Parts: sequence; C-alpha cells; structure tokens
Amino acid sequence: MTTRLRARMFAATALLVTGCSTMGGETAEAPEPSPSTPGAAEEAGGEVVLVTHESFHLPEKLVKAFESESGYDLTTRAAGDAGTLAAKLSLTADNPTGDVAFGIDNTFASRPLDEDVFDAFSPTLPEGAEDHVLEEGADRLTPIDTGSVCVNIDRTWFEEEGLEPPRTLDDLVDPAYKGLFVTPGAPTSSPGMAFLLATVAEYGEDGWHDYWADLIANDVKIVDGWEDAYYGDFTQGGGKGTRPIVLSYDSSPAFTVPEGADESTTEALLDTCFRQVEYAGVLAGADNPVGGQAVIEWLLTDEVQSALPTSMYVFPVSATATIPDDWAKHAEQPTEPLEVSPEDIAAHREEWLTEWQDITTR
Amino acid sequence: MTTTALSLSDVTVAYDGVTAVDRVSLELPHGEVLAVLGPSGCGKSTLLRAVAGLEPLTEGRIRFAGEDVDHLPTHKRGFALMFQDGQLFAHLSVARNVGYALRLRRLGRAETASRVAELLELVGLTGYADRLPATLSGGERQRVALARALAVEPRLLLLDEPLSALDATLRERLAVDLRGILRAAGTTALMVTHDHDEAFTVADRLAVMRRGRLVQSGPIADVWAAPADEETALFLGYARVLTGADAARVLAAAGQPATASLAVRRSALVADEAGCLPGTVVSARATPDQVRLVVDVDGIGDLDAVAPLGSHHAPGERVSLRVDPSRVAPIPTG
Amino acid sequence: MAGHHHALTRRLLTLAGLAVGPVLVLGVFFVLPVSGMVALGFWPDGAFDPGGVLEVLARPRVHRVAWFTVWSASAATLLSVVLGMPAAFALHRLAIPGRRLVRAALLVPFVLPTVVVGVAFRELLGESGPLGFLGLDGTPVAIIAGLVFFNVAVVVRAVGAAWESLDPRPGEAAAALGATPWQVFRTVTLPALRPAVVGAASVVFLFCATAFGIVLTLGGVRYATVETEIYLLTTTLFDLQAAAALSVLQLLVVTVLLALAARLRAVPDPSAHRAVVRARGVRVPDVPAVAATGVLLLAVAAPIATLVAGSLQTTEGWGLDNYRALTTTGDDGALLVPVTEALVTSLRTAVDATWMALLFGLVVGIVVTRRSHTRTERRVRSVLDGFFMLPLGVSAVTLGFGFLITLDRPPVDLRDSALLVPIAQALVALPLVVRTIVPVLAGIDDRQRQAAASLGATPWRALLTVDLPALWKPLVAASGFAFAVSLGEFGATAFLARDERPTVPVVIFRLIGHPGEMNYGMALAASVVLAAATAVVVLAVERLRVPSVGAF
Repeated sequence: MTTRLRARMFAATALLVTGCSTMGGETAEAPEPSPSTPGAAEEAGGEVVLVTHESFHLPEKLVKAFESESGYDLTTRAAGDAGTLAAKLSLTADNPTGDVAFGIDNTFASRPLDEDVFDAFSPTLPEGAEDHVLEEGADRLTPIDTGSVCVNIDRTWFEEEGLEPPRTLDDLVDPAYKGLFVTPGAPTSSPGMAFLLATVAEYGEDGWHDYWADLIANDVKIVDGWEDAYYGDFTQGGGKGTRPIVLSYDSSPAFTVPEGADESTTEALLDTCFRQVEYAGVLAGADNPVGGQAVIEWLLTDEVQSALPTSMYVFPVSATATIPDDWAKHAEQPTEPLEVSPEDIAAHREEWLTEWQDITTR
Repeated sequence: MTTTALSLSDVTVAYDGVTAVDRVSLELPHGEVLAVLGPSGCGKSTLLRAVAGLEPLTEGRIRFAGEDVDHLPTHKRGFALMFQDGQLFAHLSVARNVGYALRLRRLGRAETASRVAELLELVGLTGYADRLPATLSGGERQRVALARALAVEPRLLLLDEPLSALDATLRERLAVDLRGILRAAGTTALMVTHDHDEAFTVADRLAVMRRGRLVQSGPIADVWAAPADEETALFLGYARVLTGADAARVLAAAGQPATASLAVRRSALVADEAGCLPGTVVSARATPDQVRLVVDVDGIGDLDAVAPLGSHHAPGERVSLRVDPSRVAPIPTG
Repeated sequence: MAGHHHALTRRLLTLAGLAVGPVLVLGVFFVLPVSGMVALGFWPDGAFDPGGVLEVLARPRVHRVAWFTVWSASAATLLSVVLGMPAAFALHRLAIPGRRLVRAALLVPFVLPTVVVGVAFRELLGESGPLGFLGLDGTPVAIIAGLVFFNVAVVVRAVGAAWESLDPRPGEAAAALGATPWQVFRTVTLPALRPAVVGAASVVFLFCATAFGIVLTLGGVRYATVETEIYLLTTTLFDLQAAAALSVLQLLVVTVLLALAARLRAVPDPSAHRAVVRARGVRVPDVPAVAATGVLLLAVAAPIATLVAGSLQTTEGWGLDNYRALTTTGDDGALLVPVTEALVTSLRTAVDATWMALLFGLVVGIVVTRRSHTRTERRVRSVLDGFFMLPLGVSAVTLGFGFLITLDRPPVDLRDSALLVPIAQALVALPLVVRTIVPVLAGIDDRQRQAAASLGATPWRALLTVDLPALWKPLVAASGFAFAVSLGEFGATAFLARDERPTVPVVIFRLIGHPGEMNYGMALAASVVLAAATAVVVLAVERLRVPSVGAF
C-alpha cells in the first residue's frame, strides 16, 4: 500500500470515526437559548437543569408534556448515588451545576442544608405530603417520594421448612434464625446505612452496639451492596442464594409475585422499617430559579406522583396519586417507621459508622 | 589412532511437508573438524540444528561415541552451538557471557573467573571482561561467542557460519585463529559454511550438501582433488569445468589420461615458454600476487591463466601455457 | 558552536511544541482537578492547615487501609504475572488452534461491569456455589481472585506481544551451552522480556490498587482499600481532609512505583532484536504451559459461563426471553432506553474515547521516543513518560469531584460537557496506548527518517513515509484496547454528568439495582451482549495486529 493511499485511508477513517462519535451525531447539543434574552428568565421558557442521582427516571411522555405545557427545556444531569449527589451539591454550593436538585434524602439532608445549597421555596403540598416535611429545612426542601428499608423474608422458604418466620428486629438475634439473615453494610450502601439507623432508633444510642454484637453472634452476613445481598444471597433473588431473610425495601414484595399467583413469595416486616424520604429544592445561585420552582411543582403533580412506583420503585408522597395494582396489593408501607432526625444523623454518622465497623469487623 | 565421535545415519528433517535434510549419513572422528559446505538453503544449517537438538528428526539416528543422542534435549547433549552472529546475551557483560555455562554448572566464583580469563586470553580478548556486547565489533563478538562455547568443554562444538558476518580480511585472519584455537583445545567440531576458503582453512574433513542431500564427503584433500560432479567442483572454487575434447587436451598437456570432464582452477594454467598450450592474450590484469590473464587457447577458447609478477603480456600477444596438475581435478562421471 | 547551540534550542522547542498539547490536556483534566480536591483538604476553611491532613496519616485505620491496598494489589499483580506468563507463551508462541479466539476471550472480563462480575463470582464462591466449600466468599483471597480475573489479560497481551517477536536464538544458544529449559527461561528469556513484564505489571498494579467495585463486592465491608476509603470519606462522611490525605498518599505511592518501574524497565542494551517468529507446534516440554493456559482459561470462563447460564434462565426454564427483552424498555417502560440503543450510545462514546486516546498516545509516543541529545532532554522525556501513567493510579472519586470544582468557570467551564466522559475514559486508556506504540516507535531506526529527510522530505512527510507504515497496525491494536476500556468503564465516570442517553454499563447497573427476576436476567443478558460486542471488536483488531507489536 502506498503512503498516499494509506494517508487517504487514514483521512477516510477519521471522517468515519467523527461521523459516529457523540459529537458528530444527533446528540450534539442544541444551541443554548441565551438566558439574557429579554423576558426569558422572568417568564416561563429557556433551559432548566435538574441535578439528580443515577436512579432518577421518569417516562419520556411526562417530560415532553411538562416541556410543552411550561415552555421550559428540561435537561437532566443524573450521576452517582445519593451520597455522591449530596457531596456534589455541597462542593458546588457557590457555583451550582443546575437550577434544581432532586434526590437528597433525610439521611443526607443536613449537610447540603448547612452549606446553604438551597434557596427557600415552599410550594403547595398535595394531601399526605405534609407527613414527610423536615423539621429543619422545610422551607427549602420539598418531599417528593418515600420508600422504606425493611427486613424482607422468603415466605415459601419458611413454609417449606415449617419454621415460624421472624417478625421483629429482636427476632433476628434469636438462635432459631442463626445464619439466615443477609444485609448490605452501612458504609457502602444506602439501605445498609438506613438499617443501621433503624437499629439506632429501636435500641437507642447506647443499645444498638449490643444488638449488632448479637446479630454477629447469630451469623449475620454483611455484604457490600443491596445487589449482592438480594441477588447473591437471598433465596428469592433469582440467583443461588441460601439466606431467606434479607434487607430490602417495603416495595420489594410487589416484584416477587409468580405469574398467575395472587400472593407474593416474599414479605416486608413492617416493624423493622426505616423510612427514607427524597426531597427536591431550588439551588441557590441558579440561572433559572423560576424554572426550578416549576420543576418541583411538576414533580408534585399526580401524573408524576403516580408514575413514581414503576419508574423509580418508590411510593409517592401524594395521597391522591394512583398506585399500581400489584403495589396496592403486595407492597405495604409501614405506618410507624423507625426514625432518626437528620440532625442526629449528621452529628453522629461518622461516630456510628466507625463504631459499627469496629463491631462488625471484630 | 582416531575413533568415531559423531555419527549420523539417514538423518532426515522435514517441516510443513518440505524435506530440508534428506537422508544424510556422516561420520566425524574425535578431535577433527568437519566442514559442511553448501549454498544457502541447502539444508546445512537445519542439519546442524538437528545435531544440536533444536530440530526434531523426521527419520534417522544421531549417535555420539556410539550412544544414541537423538532422544536427548539440547541441554543434555553436551554439544555447544555458536551462531552466525554470535547470539551473545545482550544483558550480560563479556565475562558473564563467557562464564554463563560455568555458572550453570555451579563452578566456584574464583574458578569461574580464572577460567574466563584463560578463555579470553585464548581468543585474544584479555581486558574485555566488563564490556557489554553492544560495544564490541563484529569480530570481537565472534571471539566472545567462541570463548563462551569453548567454556563448557563441549564433546562437540557446532559452528553455524561462524565467520560469514565479518568482512573479508578479518574473516581470513579469524579463520586461521579459529583453526589454531580448535587445534590447541583438541576440540571436535562440526562447522557449516558456504565459503570454501573458510572450510579449507579451518577443517580437516569436508562434506558437500546440495538441496538437502549429501553430495560428497571425506578428508579435505580427497574431496578437493576429486569433486564428485561439475556443480560440486564449481562450488569448491574451481573456475571452470571442461568437457570432451577440451578436457582431454588440457589433461594431455598435463601428461595425464583423459576423463569425461575436468575442473580447472583459475591458476591451473601458467604462462611459461616451455608450455605446450599456445594461445593469444585477450586481457591482462596485475594483482599484488601475480598477473591474471585471459587467454584465447587455440582450439578451446577463452580460459583463465596466470603469469608471474613482473612479466608483461599485452593483449594480442601470443603466449604458451603450462598446466599445473595439482590445480586441476578430473571428474569421473560426466 | 553557535550553530550547534541553535540546533539544540530548536530541538528543545520542537519537543516542547509537541509535548504542549498532551501536557495541557493532562494539566486541565488531571492535575488541576486533583490538586483542587487536595487543596480543599489542605485549606479546610480557606486557611492553610496541613496539620489536619498529617493527623489523618497517623490514624491506625489509614495505615491498615494503605497496607491492605498495597499487599492485595501486589499479590494480585504477582498472581496475574505468574498466571499470565505461561498463557502469553502458549497463546503467542505455539500454534494452538483457536488461539486468537482465546486471546480475545481473555479480554472480555476487562469490560464486564464489576457489579455483574461480583454476582457471578459469588454464585461460584458463595455458600451454595460449586466452589462454596472453599469458604472464600468475603475473604481477601476472593478479592485477589477478582482482581486477577480482570487484569490477567493485560499481562497475556503485553508480554505475549513481546514474546511473539522475541528472537529465539539466544535461548537456543543457552540450551546448547547446557542450560535446561527453566535455566534458559530464567537467564535469557526473562531478562529479554523484563521491560514488557515490568510494564504490564505496573499497569496491572495501578488497576488493582485503584480497583473500586470489585473490592467492595467481593470483600464485603470487612476490607477497605485506599480507593474505597476515599469514596467513603468524600461521599458519606464528607471528611475532605482525610480524603485529601489519602489522595496524596496514593499519588506518592504511585509516583514511587512508576519511578521504580522505569528503572526496572531499563535494560543494558535497549536495541532489542525483533524477529518475526513462526508459531511452532506443541512439544512435550510445552505441556505445563499449555495446561496452565487451560486452567487459566477455565478460571476466567467459569464466572462468564455463570453469567451466560443466568441470562438464559427464564421463569419457564431455559430461553432467550431476556435477550428479546433487551430491545424493549422492559416491563412498564422501567428502562430509560432499550439496551440496543444504549449499546449504540456506548459505541459512540467509545469511538470518541478511542480517537482521543490514540491522538494523545501518538503525540506522547513521538515525544518520549525521539532520540535525546542531552541528559536533560532524556530526563524530561522519561518524566513525561511517567507523567502520562499517573491518571491510572489516582482515585476516580478525587478526579471526578475535582472536575466539578475546578472546571466550573470559563475558560474551562466543562463540567457538564458531554465530552468529559470520553476524555476521562481516554485518560484511563492512554497508558495502554502509549505502552503499545512506544516500543514500535523506539524500534524505528532514526537513520530511516534522516534518509527520508536527505531525499527532501519534510518532517511531516518523513513521519508519513517512515513512521506511519510501521505504526499503522500497533495503532489499530491499541485502539482495540482503548475501545474495550471505554466500553466497560463505569466507575471513573459515575461522578460525571452523563449524556442523557445512558451507556450499557449504566443500564446494567439500573437493572440490577432493583428486585425482579426479569431485571436480573436482563442485566445478565446485557452483560453478555456487552462482552460479545467487545470480543468482536477485539477479534477484528487481532486480524489487523502487527506481528512485532512491541512490549508494554
């Protein structure tokens, strides 16, 4: 092959490559509407940027409807988990990467609140949402969804073994259930952290250490993430698990209904739940604060609220939203979940995690 | 009193269906040097590698001192192989290259050092011990390679075109040195080369290979004096092969009986007034040793001839030629 | 004298001119973000307070974590080399049928999402798995096994490429001097392979020392490495001082390692003789190497087979339902996009990352291999060589958050650019590209360029005539590596604002993050598709690979 031909091939390849790159394709960013366009910021219109975590997802139909009704272009920047989102918002407090944030939960709320990440905004809350407002920061963070972390059991396993399933946190340290429980760890997993908080709420700041020591003695298995616990060790996880008790969510039983059956093979123990509430807030220093407010109001509409279970596997805060049938039937929410205030969590997180690590890796 | 060291019988090496070495049988007595001579691609290097154990035999046997060795891996044969380009270990100094085999044998440090010094002296490289191969000239590298190969005191030394990577004058000098070193060490050696001068300088015995087959073998003087055929004669450095009446005329001039063909070296015909082959000088060229002529010999045509230094033969001049019988070789089969 | 001086200045200027591009890129996308994050630790409230950082370094937990990181990464590196060497030999030197396929297959783990591999490993090693009796689940042994699973291909490919073109005659000479095969390996082959082995080992060590997901998944919560600790400190505890301390520690260790590796890589005579050697048939002494390769292949294949088996399991037994579901958005439209569409996005991002990595790699390669005329020049080149390896050894968390806080104002307001993801991936792939093309560039005789110049070729023309033909195939080979890195990459870019269109690893992560048998099956099926896409790309590249692609 001659050099000339080679060079030509090189050029052709380069063209081809740019043709199928992200820049050459249709994903190229549309020209940004200038925020200084007269009236753009004051009235509805322009781009509004939603900063959120990687689990955020809403049906495209709803997003399109929002855009055409409000006149805003909604850009979603979803990355990292809830902890990453909180750290990201706190680190960029003086120069935010968007206009509105969604996905800060009650376990991570106090740090961004302390860093003055959010501007005040209090929309009219739908019925039922009042129950979930924060004691501190209600003026800035609006509840959007809730989901509880609960101990789940494999009912079929207990039926087959002829063993009465556990009901409470106390039961988990009963030798009858030795070696049957698996949970993700608190430092590496958000539900794992929630479970640690549940035990703190149940047994108090002085009592949870002993409880965890008893759990260890009862051969609890602690793994990295929820995926590892559910799909790796749980008997109903689809894999080859051996443990019929797992830490999961109140909604999980809705996903383990065999086709044609009307009972789920699993059940959430409602006395073991810690409730996580996810909030949204307008970012201080946003380019488009009005647009950010519109997004929060939109998140509270019954359309979006009703889409939350199937899109994000969480319960709506609105009592008027419709819940899918299998959720209504199989996923029961705790009425009196265990609670720890965000301030307490922020003040003690490091201490509790360190102590927890000392106990579990003893 | 010599006994057979290396003995090959019907050695055949084939790969991918191509026969590189075809039923070669050879014998090499203890303490002698055998040169396998042949053009490139004739299979001589493959034969050497087979003897070394680097190529598996397709057929045949290799024995040393009466024992079969063809089932032994290379490192257990007790042979040493010296490559065309030396194949020194680039990451080791000269001394560590030479002492390589000694260290493998866990010879003591002091003993190794003295033996290495001895070997470097033998090959004329005293003082080179700490140099890296990359800093040596081609000739020096070959000397190191030779010293390294001799260090193991091999039962048989295998030399693969040991001098052909060097320039002409160096090659000539090193060939003489090599012969001296091998003699001094009493080493039995098998050398392959495509250079007949190198073979004549270094070896006692000669084997000629062509297209994978052994064409001729024997003591060097015997092969030299009686090439098996025309091609062999030309490869051994004979300038021309005359046939029929031409051969008979030249032989008659030498006072010898006629044969079918006659191989003639460049210096076989000497300008001499007493000679009985008349001809006309075509060209004359002086070299440091003699004058080289091309003579149109009456009835035969152009032939090479030589004249003593200082004689003058202009083109067109008539001249008489004498035949030097030691520089012609009758070829029995046409 | 003046003329000589002038020429020297011009050389240095050319060197600087060529280097300025990549250095600037690395400066903006690596040095700036990392120093930004580290600065947050050193200036906690705007005032310089290094005491907090130093105090962190004295914590026993930090010592424990650092020690565990170093020893587990060292053990995994050593094991990768030990297991990879026989395979490198067998797959590059012996005429084993199907060896191209095996070589491509060994690269598949490289792109598999750690979450999925973790589940597969635990199905094997877990309490009820076929290897459960070994009791390895949640032990350091499982972590090291996982690290080896991911990285052994680097050793096989890098060392294999060097071995393939290694002149066999010095080894034969040694055997003829009485060296046993093992002695030949130890005294001749290994020294010749040393640059390749050291290069591969240092890349593997960096990958292992900064591995994130696999350590968490296989080690459970009992084992923390520097990388997982930085994540915990930054996102959960928001202890930026401690995170900065660990980042600095990481940077120091990596720098020391790279300096050590550069020294070990240097050989007395770098003029390596490369030869094209025909692969030969298997002989009796090769049996252990071939057997070891078989064992390695089985060990790599077992978790993958578990994945494939899992992906074929449906509620009604075996079937392709999970694969069919990949073209949909799942039940109730739970997925953002069909996996098929995510694959297109993945491929596009990979194309960007690949051309960037190749472009930077090419320039870096040219800069570090041009013959140096002075000692200073040589030192500058070797420092640059190490500099471009650094991104591999620094925490993705630190880098990711660093992007957010430093690239947030003009002229580099890039933190939300869609280009950040491919750029981050290109930085990860860059060392692999550089290590692939540098030996080839170094092997080109400078006199060929001089000959071209003497015939009137401009430097650019000389590059096209002399370098490009030799580089064509290694570049293609390097592109396969870069492509694979980008396709499978998830951790380093998990912190960056993504394109709204998700890539395959993102979709897999989403699928496996929620309960439901179908989600699990689809996650496995998507992993298999990702693995297959990678294998196809790598195989295509194998066809184009140059026989004497040098060592890493």
